Formats: sequence, C-alpha cells, structure tokens
Amino acid sequence: MATDQFEPRIVGFLCRWCSYTGADLAGTSRIQYPPNMTPIRVMCSGRVDPTFVVQAFAEGADGVMIAGCHPGDCHYDVGNYRAMRRVPMLKNLLEQFGISPERLMLTWVSASEGRKFAADVVTFTETLRRLGPLNFAGETKATDELNLKETAPAV
Amino acid sequence: MAKPKVAFYWCASCGGCEEAVVDLAEDILKVVEAVDIVLWPVALDFKLKDVEAMADGEIAVSFINGAVRLSEQEEWVQLLRRKSGLVVAFGSCSHLGGIPGLANLTTIEEIMANKYDRAPTIDNPDGTRPLPRPVVDGYELELPTPWNTVKRLDEVIEVDYYLPGCAPPPELIMTAVQAILAGELPPKGSVISPEKTLCESCPLNESKPDELVITEFKRVATSQPKPDECYLAQGFVCMGPATRSGCGERCIHGNMPCRGCFGPPPGARDQGTKLLSAIASAGAAENKDEADLFAKGFVDPAGTLYRFSVPSSILKRTLKGK
Ligand code: SF4
Ligand code: SF4
Ligand code: FES
Repeated sequence: MATDQFEPRIVGFLCRWCSYTGADLAGTSRIQYPPNMTPIRVMCSGRVDPTFVVQAFAEGADGVMIAGCHPGDCHYDVGNYRAMRRVPMLKNLLEQFGISPERLMLTWVSASEGRKFAADVVTFTETLRRLGPLNFAGETKATDELNLKETAPAV
Repeated sequence: MAKPKVAFYWCASCGGCEEAVVDLAEDILKVVEAVDIVLWPVALDFKLKDVEAMADGEIAVSFINGAVRLSEQEEWVQLLRRKSGLVVAFGSCSHLGGIPGLANLTTIEEIMANKYDRAPTIDNPDGTRPLPRPVVDGYELELPTPWNTVKRLDEVIEVDYYLPGCAPPPELIMTAVQAILAGELPPKGSVISPEKTLCESCPLNESKPDELVITEFKRVATSQPKPDECYLAQGFVCMGPATRSGCGERCIHGNMPCRGCFGPPPGARDQGTKLLSAIASAGAAENKDEADLFAKGFVDPAGTLYRFSVPSSILKRTLKGK
C-alpha cells in the first residue's frame, strides 16, 4: 500500500440507535475498514443540524457522513426523513460555496449492518481520495491573505 | 461642557445608511444640537488630514456603515478606531457583510472579468483594467485596491455595538444615539435590537402553523403572496425564523417575505443553516428522489439564505476558482 496516498478526514454523525451500534458491530466483528472517520454519536440523524455540517468543513473535514436508521425505523419516527430532506438542499448550498456535494454522504445503517457500515466508509473514503483534500479553513485563510497583499488586477 | 464629537463614515455601501440618518427628519436636529459632527463624507467636507490631526479617542463615537472591500476602507476604519471612544457598526453591510458580501460567492478575478470583458455592454478589445497605480499626465496616482474577500467591520477593527438593518430604522438609530448620549449603554458587543426572532413580532405569526409543511417553493418574482397568511406557510422563503426582530416588520407590511437584513437572532451562529434546517425539514418528501426535487425548487440557496450575511456565515466565502 502506498504510504503517500491522501488520507481524508471524515466526520461521521452516527445515530446512536442504529448506525453507531452498526459501527460497533463492524468493530467487534473485526471487519477491516479505513480509519479515516471520527465518529460522533448523536441521538438521531434528524438531530444533525446543517450548522454542524458546515462547521465540520470549516474546521478542516474533507468529508461529512450522516448515518441513521433505515426509513421507517427511526426511534423518533421521522428524524431520518428530516435528514433525508435536508441533505439535498444542503448539498446545493455547499456547492455554491465551492464544496463538492459528493463530500456530504447520507446513508442508512441498521444495528445489524456492520458490514454495510464498513463498506460505506470504504466507498466514501475512496470518493474523497479521488476529490483530494478540501482544507476549507486553510484555503479560505489563503484567500484572506490575498487581502493583505496588494492584488494588482491583471492588465 | 464641549459637545461630544461624532463621526459618520461609509465603506462598501449603497448610500442607504446615509439616507437613514437623513430620515431621522426633525430628530436629526436634536442630534445636531447635542453633538458636534466632525466627519460625514456624504454631507460635510472634512478630509483625512482633519481626522489625522485629532487626538486618539477624541471622537466620542464613530458610526461606520458598509462592508470593508478596499485597501482604503481598511486604512480609514483603522484610523477611526484609534480616534474614537466607541465604534458602532451601522447597518447590515457593516454588521454582517451585507449585499456587497455576496461577492464572496465568487472571486475578484471573476468580478473583474465580468465587469471589464464579458458584460454585453462592454467594448474593451485591449482588455483595459483599472490599475492600482496608473500614470496620468506624468503623475502616478494611487487608487484603492479591491480585495478578494469582503469583510464585516469587526473582522478588521474592534466594534463596540451593532445597529442592524438595511438600513437601520430611524427609531432604532434614535434609541442607540440616546443611549450613548445618556451613557446608558448595553454590554459591549450588543446588537441594539430586541432579543427575539422576527416571527415572534410578525403580524402574520397567528397564521403560522405549529407544524409547518411546505410542499412546493414559490418565488415573489413569479407569484404574489397573499398578504394575510404566513409567507413560509404559503411556500415563499421567509427569513423570519432565522432573523432578529426590531425592524418594525417593514417587509411584511409591504407584502414581502423577510430577506434577513437584521441578521441571526440571539443564540444562532449561522443565519443560513438555521433557516435551511427549518424549511428543509418542513418538506413533504418521502424518498430521496422527492427530496432532490424539493431541494431543486429552492433556487439560489446561498444567495437567499445569506443575502446579507455571507461574510458572517461559518463558511464565509466560496472556494470557487481555487
Ligand atoms: S415566517 Fe415570515 S411571514 Fe411567517 S411568521 Fe415568520 S416572519 Fe411572519
Ligand atoms: S422584514 Fe427582514 S429584510 Fe425586511 S427590514 Fe425586517 S429584518 Fe430586514
Ligand atoms: S433514531 Fe436513528 S435516525 Fe432517528
């Protein structure tokens, strides 16, 4: 395995009832998957405020995954439907800020789907490797620094 | 006792904030009576050297409107900060970045190219562009340089108070001026406006359902809202739930959904994602395809959700062109 390949930083918001348990199962079943994700346990995928997602990008995430119970299985009934409705709109918004919509992934993982969870992390990590680093914080800082220099417009 | 000195200054703005001061009507006389205006470019002829000649802190309060876009604006506001006891960010552009802040959704190169090459009314075969140091009749002139990123005033200097609004309404300006003159100041950093959302003071709030359902987005460009029903409930994007109260519900009274000029309400860090969360969850989509279709109906989310606040959003600017 090449040692210099890009290792994306992924923030994963996992609902505690299904997806976090699924991730746990992947671990206890010793299923191999890339270690790129920092999991954050939330009560429900519907609890993931779009603000959390932009904050993650602004603080250096290359990708954000939201994982919840399958439709019909949410412990709060419709939380995952809320997530499902927010994500496409949030993707459109991110795109206007120069962040590829592919950097936000919504998936359903049940408590028994350790394998699916691992496969999703693999796919997402590969997608992000293809897209390359986002480093939003660093890039915006660099454009800010342009402000400090006199940017003579090209003649 | 000498009257307190007051300065008004403008940066990247439209002139509406100056208009708002003039709109104080007779009240302006009370202000003029109580203070000594030492700088007001739109109305009085004072120069940079007049301000430079003042002692540090000599100006009691500077009201600064507009976003910071040019090198010259940064120099001016830094000078005013040194010379002033208090600095008030006056109006949406100064407070949040405002309409000029929408430029952060693109790059300065793109803006220059549109303005000097691509606009259909432009004939510029030599590709002439403004220069920071043009030579005219043998004299080298120095012109202000536009930056890539538009900033809020408080990204450049320390700000004591914020007077929100595009433009701030006269009543709010008088409240602030009187509080300052009387020395009855709120805690530093306060936004001088009520601590609640626009919805809470909106005359249409009665008709806003507890459980909002939006099946389809409508736009004021193509259909007219009914004047007596919550706009959001009708499917028009109204920034009310994510906007601070205090404007007198001006747009609502004009049959126009709120565009969000007062900025986020207390406790909300990001005005755009706050509203996005509310309206997207109100959709009726039952599967991914329906959700995609629903999202597509919301045209220009960034420009709508952050019409006045791109520079104060968490993301602050686009990476487009990077
Ligand atoms: S959403 Fe708009 S129209 Fe509806 S109550 Fe709030 S401010 Fe008023
Ligand atoms: S209704 Fe909204 S956009 Fe209109 S003045 Fe009030 S805060 Fe500003
Ligand atoms: S509890 Fe799992 S998505 Fe709502």
